[in-house]
Amino acid sequence: MGKTVAEKIFDSHFVDNPSGDIHVIGLDAVFCHEITTPVAINDLVSRNKDRVFDPDKIKAVIDHVTPAKDSKTAMQGKILRDWARRHNIRDFFDIGRNGVCHAIFPEKGFVRPGYTVIMGDSHTCTHGAFCAFAAGVGTTDLEVGILKGVCAFHYPSTIKINIVGKMLAGVYAKDVILSIIGRLGVNGATNKVIEFTGPAVDAMSMEARMTLCNMAIEAGGTCGICHPDMTTVEYLWEFIKDKYPTKEKAFEEFKKFSPDPDAEYHDVIEYDISRLEPMVTFGFKPDQVKPVREMEKTKVDQVYIGSCTNGRIEDLRIAARVLKGNKISDSVRGIISPATPKVFRQAMDEGILKTFMDAGFCVTNPTCGACLGMSNGVLAEGEVCASTTNRNFNGRMGKGGMVHLMSPATAAACAISGYITNSTLYK
Amino acid sequence: MKNFSGKVLFLDRSDINTDEIIPAKYLTEISKEALKPYLLEDLRIDGFAQGKDIKGKSVIITRANFGCGSSREHAPWALEVNGINMVIAESFARIFRQNMFNCGMMAVELPGQSIDHLFQVFSGKETSIETDLEKNVFILKADGLEEKAGFSISDFDRSLVVSGGWVEYADAKY
Repeated sequence: MGKTVAEKIFDSHFVDNPSGDIHVIGLDAVFCHEITTPVAINDLVSRNKDRVFDPDKIKAVIDHVTPAKDSKTAMQGKILRDWARRHNIRDFFDIGRNGVCHAIFPEKGFVRPGYTVIMGDSHTCTHGAFCAFAAGVGTTDLEVGILKGVCAFHYPSTIKINIVGKMLAGVYAKDVILSIIGRLGVNGATNKVIEFTGPAVDAMSMEARMTLCNMAIEAGGTCGICHPDMTTVEYLWEFIKDKYPTKEKAFEEFKKFSPDPDAEYHDVIEYDISRLEPMVTFGFKPDQVKPVREMEKTKVDQVYIGSCTNGRIEDLRIAARVLKGNKISDSVRGIISPATPKVFRQAMDEGILKTFMDAGFCVTNPTCGACLGMSNGVLAEGEVCASTTNRNFNGRMGKGGMVHLMSPATAAACAISGYITNSTLYK
Repeated sequence: MKNFSGKVLFLDRSDINTDEIIPAKYLTEISKEALKPYLLEDLRIDGFAQGKDIKGKSVIITRANFGCGSSREHAPWALEVNGINMVIAESFARIFRQNMFNCGMMAVELPGQSIDHLFQVFSGKETSIETDLEKNVFILKADGLEEKAGFSISDFDRSLVVSGGWVEYADAKY
């Protein structure tokens, strides 16, 4: 019987089968940030197990609250920083070199096809865009990952979503994934891997594929996965060119993790996006989605562009094209956080930051802060935010606030009009 | 092994997420105990009053997809420091469920109709539950009513509950 991507990855990383369908797998990378890792570090210290399985396979970043906003967040950063130093973890990214974890780690070439990755962060599913098995875990799983380089999962069952059709003007990967979550529901892929395939995915950049995979968790999915192709190879080439004689050879190697033609899926969904409109969420759950045109006249107080979903250079370019030559509404606060220093610099060099600033946006450093209401753009009670992030839970960006999830293009249009607005109006 | 018996808190809604269980702004706390006052702070369900309803409860019975959203293990910890070591639901989000067992706590699934039945019979009454881990049975009691409900957990989950969590298990074995 043929295998899915996740089955191939699990079988090539098998360590143990302690009972039933539980597989303990070896890990190629353990990613860490300053919110969930310090508790794991403290626990390892208290158990007299302050060790790491392999300092080269552990990557760490301070991203959620940076620069530190108070003594508590300063201490979280310090615990992570001290730990990275004492264990000689060289890939540790502190202020000035830090960015949102799920943007900076791929950008550094730390994720490859066939890899297994865990992190104490639910949006770790993003890295499946590289045909990796990447899953968010809690602090205890992270702790064991750091200590032993293993993690236990149920043997994966996969839903395949075959995406066909060409996107209309003003429609982006974010609209595609919002509409898919609307169809699956917040529980629709629980304990399942989602393979995103088909011509529409083949045509997407790595950035767009990361947006797609990033929100697999919002349907309950363990990981979103895209198949490897030349787009994957091109993105990774600067990191792998010493390892493979040609790009074609690299692709041949990566293709081993593509699914077999007779792989068995839990479900296969044909998804035609040729008539898809720009989408936006309306409630407190990410599966509550509607076309933007049905939400027009909804007033917004803040527009936030950034995060691990939509803070990459392509997202900034898209938003800047809508903003160019326009001013944001007097009633709107616009905040843009390029997801990494590299994205920040590129946006500066391309004149994108100037476009944002000319329009009236505040450009902040790379950080997760506002997305989860921790810093850098927290909402007041009763305020509404048009946001390119991934969660609209009650209180997510600040107690009593309302979040509408959308694409960077739609968010930029909202900033100009002060209301939820279709971006095609501004082109 | 932790205690899995005591008074029951009924939460009649699906998709209760980890931001509702413990808001992100409290994730800057390094000690579990500091999370105690904030459990379910952002949960909005008619008739649910955070302070009064959590006090003295040991078990939550709720609907589908409990614990969806963030991976934060602060969610089980916030339950634990409030004396709640078990959640019974129609289903759980994957990471939350694993976090519960990794902490030696229990996240037990019952079929939707059993959950419906428990809500119909016991919700709104002062209900207590006894958990028999040998026989895999819950015994619920309220106002002279008594009902039994069987459950199952995997051998792996059971070994985590018995051995006190995944860290010691994995370090000894791998």
